[in-house]
Amino acid sequence: MPELDIREVSKTFGDIRALSDVTLHVEDKQYVCILGPSGCGKSTLIRCVAGILTPDSGQILLDGNSIERTPIEDRRIGYVFQDIALFPHMSVRSNLSYGLAVRRAPSNEIATVTNEMLDLINMRERARSYPSELSGGAQQKVAVGRAIATGSHLFLLDEPLGALDALVRAELRYELRKLASDLGLTVLHVTHDQEEALSIADLVVIMKSGHIVEVGKPSEIYHSPRRLFTENFVGETNLLEGTIVEVVGDGCVVNVKGRKIGAPRGEKSLGQKIVLCIRPEFVALSKPNNFGWSGVVTQVTFLGSHNRYVVDVDGGIEIVAAESTVEYSTGFRIGERVSVHVENSAHMLLFDYPAEGLESEISLE
Amino acid sequence: MATIRFTNVSKSFGKVVALDDVSFEVEDGEYVCVLGPTGSGKTTLLKLIAGLLNPDHGTITFDGRPVNKVSAQNRNAVYVPQQYALFPHLTVLQNVAFGPLARGAPPAAALETASKTLELVRLTWRASAFPSELSGGMQQRVALARGLASGAGLLLLDEPLGALDARLRLDLRHKLRDLVKNSGFTAIHVTHDQDEAMSVGDEIIVLRNGKIQDHGPPRRVYRKPSNIFVANLIGNASFLEGLVDSTVGETAIIELRGGLTVQAPSKNLTLTDPVILALRKERLRISCERLDLDNLFKGEVRAVRFLGNSREYLIRVPNGLIIASRTFGGNERAEYAVGDQVLAGFLEGDAMVFGYPAKGLREELEIE
Repeated sequence: MPELDIREVSKTFGDIRALSDVTLHVEDKQYVCILGPSGCGKSTLIRCVAGILTPDSGQILLDGNSIERTPIEDRRIGYVFQDIALFPHMSVRSNLSYGLAVRRAPSNEIATVTNEMLDLINMRERARSYPSELSGGAQQKVAVGRAIATGSHLFLLDEPLGALDALVRAELRYELRKLASDLGLTVLHVTHDQEEALSIADLVVIMKSGHIVEVGKPSEIYHSPRRLFTENFVGETNLLEGTIVEVVGDGCVVNVKGRKIGAPRGEKSLGQKIVLCIRPEFVALSKPNNFGWSGVVTQVTFLGSHNRYVVDVDGGIEIVAAESTVEYSTGFRIGERVSVHVENSAHMLLFDYPAEGLESEISLE
Repeated sequence: MATIRFTNVSKSFGKVVALDDVSFEVEDGEYVCVLGPTGSGKTTLLKLIAGLLNPDHGTITFDGRPVNKVSAQNRNAVYVPQQYALFPHLTVLQNVAFGPLARGAPPAAALETASKTLELVRLTWRASAFPSELSGGMQQRVALARGLASGAGLLLLDEPLGALDARLRLDLRHKLRDLVKNSGFTAIHVTHDQDEAMSVGDEIIVLRNGKIQDHGPPRRVYRKPSNIFVANLIGNASFLEGLVDSTVGETAIIELRGGLTVQAPSKNLTLTDPVILALRKERLRISCERLDLDNLFKGEVRAVRFLGNSREYLIRVPNGLIIASRTFGGNERAEYAVGDQVLAGFLEGDAMVFGYPAKGLREELEIE
């Protein structure tokens, strides 16, 4: 039912432009994660939607109706912050029923809804507990339950799992996602945790310095982003500056510091300056052979499911490669000479060299 | 620097036992990461080394000499707290030069040390800015630089990268390690990020409720964790309950709850023992074709989770258990979809078998 339209919303704090002309459409029942470096404006954006902040310009429409002038309490929007804000002197049950009680709902309705919420967040046996007796993860579940109990269908979550330990976060994000699917909620979820965004979102919104950089499905954002900023910001990648020196059909040859590499051409043309990107997991290492680039391993990091290698390729190119420890159990050592190659050139992405320069494009600020 | 040794060290705050009979050694020049959930005693451990706290029991020695009576200033150690407390009225350069000045270095020499250190953290261009003009990430780098420039040989870093965005954290952790190693520092680095601990630490110490659970190099701790808690905290795993059905030489036949039987290493197992079989997610391999594995069963894909450089599949196996499989690499499109019938399996040697915890599995895995 709720469909959210954010149209050219801007917001400044003194000299700082926190949001510039932000436009975003969220469909009913969509789970949207907003991801960006600190200071990118992601919290400001959802605070504007919540009504905690008023935009300087632009429109926010909920189901086609402008809501800027609607008071917070009438927007029927659920809101959960990073800092767990339960009432410390109230039991879990009272916390859950608070919103309905404030709205003077009939007592039998309050009881029914509260029981439903307790079941939903799987905490019926903790109904009489006080927040201080619960773990951080459990408290945050109650906060989510409390927001849902108000009957809202649009939920704004600002780093809802940010204060929790890594393993608890990872578990809770799937619970949260399931809850949203089961209840058909529309969610706008701000996070700085990439894995969180990629693993649960229908759509990921990438923000930087008050702008939306791009919007896409998680696998598009990671595997085929339209912007170099996104490619660098999400996950790890190799950025190689080069020039297209040959064009052959769908392919091309890129010169990177005097070394040549074949790549898919896309829309690029001969002589164009580009940035060639390749994710570490698509770079393969092997014992020295006549294929690929020759280099020396300078760093080895064991990360459990994979090893991460830094290779100094002759000619001053540094390449990061990552290999599964399951498929490649032996691995390479520091100082070992290796050949570096890309098995499937479709994994290479070519971006136009940014007009403002590479550093400025990938800068987080 | 020096070799640091804790012998039976305990520290309580009122009724809360922050560290409980802890013994370990950190060698000169070592980079040690301390990993553990919130409230496990990580910061207390750092403050005890720094001399900002005194132990209730036990001894701390540097190169064999007890330091219980040595003041914080005389320990040749610098503590970089989680909340980087920079002097707001001093510039970045002055903040970094503060340590050497306080130790009596001539101003010119102190400023030179400070400039060199700022170069290392790539903040030379912000040398004359005030802390309030910097982003959180930059402030954290200044705090690090101040620690590095202090002249102390022992760095005690409390979540030094905690305030940084994921992307920057990734870049800086490798730089931090290089810096420490190239300068001959000894570092003890507290974190709750397991990838960070594995990336920078020569050794990892795992803490829980004030007790050391494991201490060793990352590969050993990952491959042969000392208990279920460590197996869970470092690297994800599925934990399956079972009973030892029989043992044949090196191999144990374990009947998992629900009736599925699997082969696992038999070391230290007795018949009918209740056990926990832990399996790293990447070790459960899935395929549509037959795999050459000791344990192989039919399964159905119940969930697909995209994680960027890997994908996680939840596989429902014949006895109703759900086991996670993580595949590294992979393309834009997932190889398997929800509902797909697959073969799933693992090698006998990939199973990690633990005795059933006295407290129960859930309690043993509990993080908070």
